[in-house]
Amino acid sequence: MSWIQLKNVSKKFDDLEIIPPLNLEIKDGEFVVFVGPSGCGKSTLLRLIAGLEDVSSGQIFINGEDATEVSPAKRKLAMVFQSYALYPHMTVRKNISFPLRMAGVSNAEQVKKVDDAAKVLNLSEYLDRKPGQLSGGQRQRVAIGRAIVREPQAFLFDEPLSNLDAALRVGMRVEISELHKRLATTMIYVTHDQVEAMTMADKIVVLQNGKIEQVGSPLDLYRSPINTFVASFIGSPKMNIIEGVQASKHRSESIGIRPEHISISDTNGTWEGTIGVSEQLGSDTFFHVKCQFQDQSITVRAVGGLELAYGQTVFLTPDQKHLHRFDKSGLRIK
Amino acid sequence: MARAISKKNKIINSLIAWTIGLIIFFPILWIIILSFKTEGDAIRSPIAVIFSNWTFENYFVVQDRSDYFKHFYNSVFIAFGSTFLGILIAVPASWSMAFVPSKRTRGILLWMLSTKMLPAVGVLYPIYILFIALGILDSRVGLVVVLMLMNLPIIVWMLYTYFREIPEEILEASRIDGAGLREEILFVLTPMALPGIASTVLLNIILAWNEAFWTLNLTAAKAAPLTAFIASYSSPEGLFYAKLSAASVMAIAPILIMGWFSQKQLVRGLTFGAVK
Repeated sequence: MSWIQLKNVSKKFDDLEIIPPLNLEIKDGEFVVFVGPSGCGKSTLLRLIAGLEDVSSGQIFINGEDATEVSPAKRKLAMVFQSYALYPHMTVRKNISFPLRMAGVSNAEQVKKVDDAAKVLNLSEYLDRKPGQLSGGQRQRVAIGRAIVREPQAFLFDEPLSNLDAALRVGMRVEISELHKRLATTMIYVTHDQVEAMTMADKIVVLQNGKIEQVGSPLDLYRSPINTFVASFIGSPKMNIIEGVQASKHRSESIGIRPEHISISDTNGTWEGTIGVSEQLGSDTFFHVKCQFQDQSITVRAVGGLELAYGQTVFLTPDQKHLHRFDKSGLRIK
Repeated sequence: MARAISKKNKIINSLIAWTIGLIIFFPILWIIILSFKTEGDAIRSPIAVIFSNWTFENYFVVQDRSDYFKHFYNSVFIAFGSTFLGILIAVPASWSMAFVPSKRTRGILLWMLSTKMLPAVGVLYPIYILFIALGILDSRVGLVVVLMLMNLPIIVWMLYTYFREIPEEILEASRIDGAGLREEILFVLTPMALPGIASTVLLNIILAWNEAFWTLNLTAAKAAPLTAFIASYSSPEGLFYAKLSAASVMAIAPILIMGWFSQKQLVRGLTFGAVK
């Protein structure tokens, strides 16, 4: 159980400032996801919390205690890496028990804890194998097993699902979420995949260029993005951002409308356009509609398997209730 | 896909390879043959040498005259001692250069390597004087130290290269798991770098075993290893061909046998990281 607080934490590599001073508070038991495009500093931020990188300025508090100068070994955190980072020369059992061994836990207790963790993670029959003999998903489970046996103050996940195939990723996503519900331990999860962020997080921290753009619950961010960056980053397919004449009609620099908040008709509507590519998902269909006032096509979601031909003229009507307005600097107009 | 090679080409290539191999091996083979001949037979024409009588006599004479086992013990002590000491120093040194590099790491590595370009004879005099002053001339400890220093740049470079191949995330994982520096090196880094460390050890033992310049110049009788043992049979006068050959065979046999049994490890270590 722990809460983590970052106070004016910054990171510079030589003269290059990767993370300008930022403040963040992570409550006890929260599942927090750091999300942002590659190179936004999310992994660096996680490594600062882990103690794998030194902060250039500011302080990190874990449970109210200043941990800024504390070595990673003594922060009582557990981390799961993208590459799994298993010890290739050790068996699964030895991998999982390594942190216990380092903590001086008795052999009998090591065996018991590893057996318990293996049962939870369906690894019991692989305990004598080496990591090289396991599949990607199994390796990831071993990495998680190694993290849970030591009962850490908080779990840190650094893009743990990036190396798995799509089907396995969905499965592991659910497993990690279930693990969080069961253990109720603070978890910090780094990903560039906003779907992972939306589905797993209690709280999402959206980062860009090392700066926190917005912090909030998944639905908060989805419904009230603070700027155009968050608006287009959160949600899949992303929010349509429309500039020019249509935006000025709403007294703003740009307007945003999500694909599900536009209705499509072949007879009448507000905006006229022609159908481009359509993506049939069975449950939904996404149409990319080309409109004269916009270079980029507008994505529209239609429920069910609606079929409209390529090049067909259609009419779009945005739902005014769900229209987001942004000013010149991209900030939301309330 | 493997490149297709015709059967004819395969045979020609094999013949060329065998010929080159035999030419390279021939001097050693000839030494082995000569070591089993009398001094009189050893200087006859090659055909006559092969068809003359075989004898173990040279080996007994050489052992009687020069006490092979004393030299053998010195060689073992010096080769293993200098390697052990070198590894002890090079593992932490290479670890810090591979995982906590500074702006000057590359420069330091190159500087270390540059000392290998210096002709050894250039520093013989100062080292000789130093050895006299320290009272370690003709001592095994002195040779262990000097050979360790001579080979240290190679050991550091090799280990540095192997360590660089180890993903840093694994070491970071061990830090998060509560391992201190000692545990990280002992339980994670060393076992993972074992093939690399093993081939470094093997190569260094071979280099130290074969080293002749320092072992000949800094020893007389007490600490003389097998290199000095062979050299004592090379004489401008007298008939010593067969005995010199026997001495050479006795000197190179241990390292040849060791190399033969560890060749798989050696090759694996030397090509470590070449293909990821």
